[in-house]
Amino acid sequence: MSVQTSPQPADVTPAPAPFLDVRDLKVHFPTEDGLVKSVDGVSFTLEKGRTLGIVGESGSGKSVTSLALLGLHKGTRAQVSGEIWLEGRELVALPEAGMRALRGRTVSMIFQDPLSALHPFFTVGSQIAEAYRVHHKVSRKEARGRAVDMLKRVGIPQPERRVRDYPHQFSGGMRQRAMIAMSLVCDPELLIADEPTTALDVTVQAQILDLIRDLQEEFGSAVVIITHDLGVVADVADDILVMYGGRRIEYGTTRDVLKDPQHPYTWGLLQSMPHLSGDVGERLNPIPGSPPSLINLPDGCAFHPRCGYKGWVPQGRCTAERPELRLVSGGERHLAACHLSDDAKQEIRGGDGPDGRGAAAARAAQ
Amino acid sequence: MTAADEREHAVSTTEPGTGQSTDRLAAENLLEVRGLQKHFPLRQGILFQRQIGAVRAVDGIDFSVGPGESLGLVGESGCGKSTTGRLITRLLEPTGGSVVFDGEDITHRSPGRMQEARRDLQMIFQDPYSSLNPRHTVGTIVETPMRLNGINPPQGHKKRAQELLETVGLNPEHYNRYPNEFSGGQRQRIGIARALALRPKLIVADEPVSALDVSIQAQVVNLLQDLQREFGIAFVFIAHDLAVVRHFSERVAVMYLGKIVEVAERESLYTRPRHPYTHALLSAVPEADPDAVERRERIRLAGDVPSPIDPPSGCRFRTRCWKAQDKCATVEPPLTRAEGSPTGHLTACHYPEEPTVTAREEDIVLDPALG
Ligand SMILES: Nc1ncnc2c1ncn2[C@@H]1O[C@H](COP(=O)(O)OP(=O)(O)OP(=O)(O)O)[C@@H](O)[C@H]1O
Ligand SMILES: Nc1ncnc2c1ncn2[C@@H]1O[C@H](COP(=O)(O)OP(=O)(O)O)[C@@H](O)[C@H]1O
Ligand code: SF4
Ligand code: SF4
Ligand SMILES: [Mg+2]
Ligand SMILES: [Mg+2]
Repeated sequence: MSVQTSPQPADVTPAPAPFLDVRDLKVHFPTEDGLVKSVDGVSFTLEKGRTLGIVGESGSGKSVTSLALLGLHKGTRAQVSGEIWLEGRELVALPEAGMRALRGRTVSMIFQDPLSALHPFFTVGSQIAEAYRVHHKVSRKEARGRAVDMLKRVGIPQPERRVRDYPHQFSGGMRQRAMIAMSLVCDPELLIADEPTTALDVTVQAQILDLIRDLQEEFGSAVVIITHDLGVVADVADDILVMYGGRRIEYGTTRDVLKDPQHPYTWGLLQSMPHLSGDVGERLNPIPGSPPSLINLPDGCAFHPRCGYKGWVPQGRCTAERPELRLVSGGERHLAACHLSDDAKQEIRGGDGPDGRGAAAARAAQ
Repeated sequence: MTAADEREHAVSTTEPGTGQSTDRLAAENLLEVRGLQKHFPLRQGILFQRQIGAVRAVDGIDFSVGPGESLGLVGESGCGKSTTGRLITRLLEPTGGSVVFDGEDITHRSPGRMQEARRDLQMIFQDPYSSLNPRHTVGTIVETPMRLNGINPPQGHKKRAQELLETVGLNPEHYNRYPNEFSGGQRQRIGIARALALRPKLIVADEPVSALDVSIQAQVVNLLQDLQREFGIAFVFIAHDLAVVRHFSERVAVMYLGKIVEVAERESLYTRPRHPYTHALLSAVPEADPDAVERRERIRLAGDVPSPIDPPSGCRFRTRCWKAQDKCATVEPPLTRAEGSPTGHLTACHYPEEPTVTAREEDIVLDPALG
């Protein structure tokens, strides 16, 4: 991961180009009510064999970002700008035909709802085989053999028999496995998983997360996992990007972001939900208000109407000036977009444990 | 001994599933559920429908809730949590067993006569979008239970409704607005105001925060907790999020395939689960702490929950249990008090004694894909 405080042209980067390099991505939708800025200047990089977790609440632009990586906004009214570099190829400007050659093969996606990705009238096996045949000139029989292999690999018992089943004959967890099998059938180099476990029970979620991790180790692909659940990213991600209102507000390694969070919104996310080992006598500390409208994002810091710390920033900067994403002092590649000074943060979190979730911050927020 | 302890003692003297409550303390409980069952018939054919089986959604469960107490109900999708909630509030007709609420048997009460009990027994639903009538104003929604029950508050319906809106943190001026003008969290507050209108003794809350954004969930959990404390309302709190349930409920029941497999005081259940399923559930909860991820034991069950149409014989969990032995396939384990637990930790397992979550050091991985 390279540190970028603002988008830079490709030729400035000295190090070898990252496997995936997203620069200042914007996806805007013109609607009757106005321009919806679903993604508004998002940048990140990802190497092979690594996992990036994109976190944020609903409507923060996570899914729209992932669809852009797959080029699925092409031919819609969406206005996409910025650059998506994948192994030296730029995808935003790539025509649909070129994108189609990549989709399913180099870049592949696991959706939240497996039923929307699996066709109800075709057997699971034929759909996996078809996904393979789109990119490989093989006989039906060979493709079917490949489908059986994939089902076996994702842990479907009796794959020779289950390959003939229809999606509705599979349970929720098995369908999710089947979809993972389908998205991995061409050994993609970049796998995008949009809320892959949100619809699943915890025991099945744990199985699927383990599976994604194991398959990644085996194939060395890059994975982008999108979720609203900080527990899920803690489990699988190397890096975390926190989004709010279509923009990045914090970006760093999983350990940095979760153990030393630097943005009041990230503090809020970590403090608002109970933990299995938390003190049950303590009240939860919710983030007040609700997520912003993407048509009329608040001026200055988009989080300011819900932020309990804007009083710590002098001269009303929070409401007037949009904070740039900048390097956290002492961190190597930990970025946060907040006007709070280091001293102020120190004081707010003073006397707490190292994870910054302590009681002083909780009191200050109220 | 606390009141809750006493209740647990009372429960253990009751034969599970017989529907006969012999304990003398039963009268002190607000809600007594014995041997409760709901079997949904499965039919085939279009004209002459034949019954070909049944979904055993709830299959003989016992529990009790004391006044002002909060009982959590957890378990995976389809294990019968919502059905249990709907049976207690009598939105569904039980197939067997009994429900005694506030000293009265309401098991087979007609909908007309349920009206009285419903004053004291309210429900909050999971989906804040579909549980409110979009054509009614917020005021109408909150007032309807009062009107249906012929309750005329001295300050008038409108004033009372506005007070309730204020109680749940909404602006009283929202009285004339429609549900679609509100966010998910606000709609859930409207549903809570409606449930409070009759000052109930018990609220069954079915996944009240699951559909809400992470940042909003805590607002609603705090609101429910304030109401519980301020008005002494008892709760049956249904959720699949184990951390939220732990935060909200003094006692917790774990369901699996239509059965309660473990009930205990919160502390006892979370630090020393006796049932392998509870163990597995707890170990599967992802925690937002990289250190916890490294420390944590791993239990990975094989496959999914079996179908409630044809549940496994003996212990229903045996198809996914790493401790299963021959006996588990033939003899159904009754819910009994765990050895050495003074607090009334009930569990339904033939081999419950195992190291605590933290004491166990090996991973248990049954998943074929993970090997
Ligand atoms: N009206 C019905 N007819 C037939 N089967 C039903 C009906 N309602 C529920 N079921 C079945 O009963 C079982 C228990 O359902 P229930 O809704 O109580 O589950 P739950 O524990 O609340 O699950 P979730 O966590 O998904 O809400 C499931 O197998 C469900 O499919
Ligand atoms: N085709 C579209 N037209 C207009 N607005 C859209 C469209 N797709 C998504 N949006 C809006 O973009 C925002 C971000 O959406 P999304 O990326 O799906 O959020 P999430 O972070 O929950 O995945 C939302 O406000 C959504 O309503
Ligand atoms: S910039 Fe100001 S309003 Fe925004 S998060 Fe930081 S302190 Fe809060
Ligand atoms: S009774 Fe047997 S199968 Fe059931 S939970 Fe206990 S050990 Fe496992
Ligand atoms: Mg989404
Ligand atoms: Mg339910």
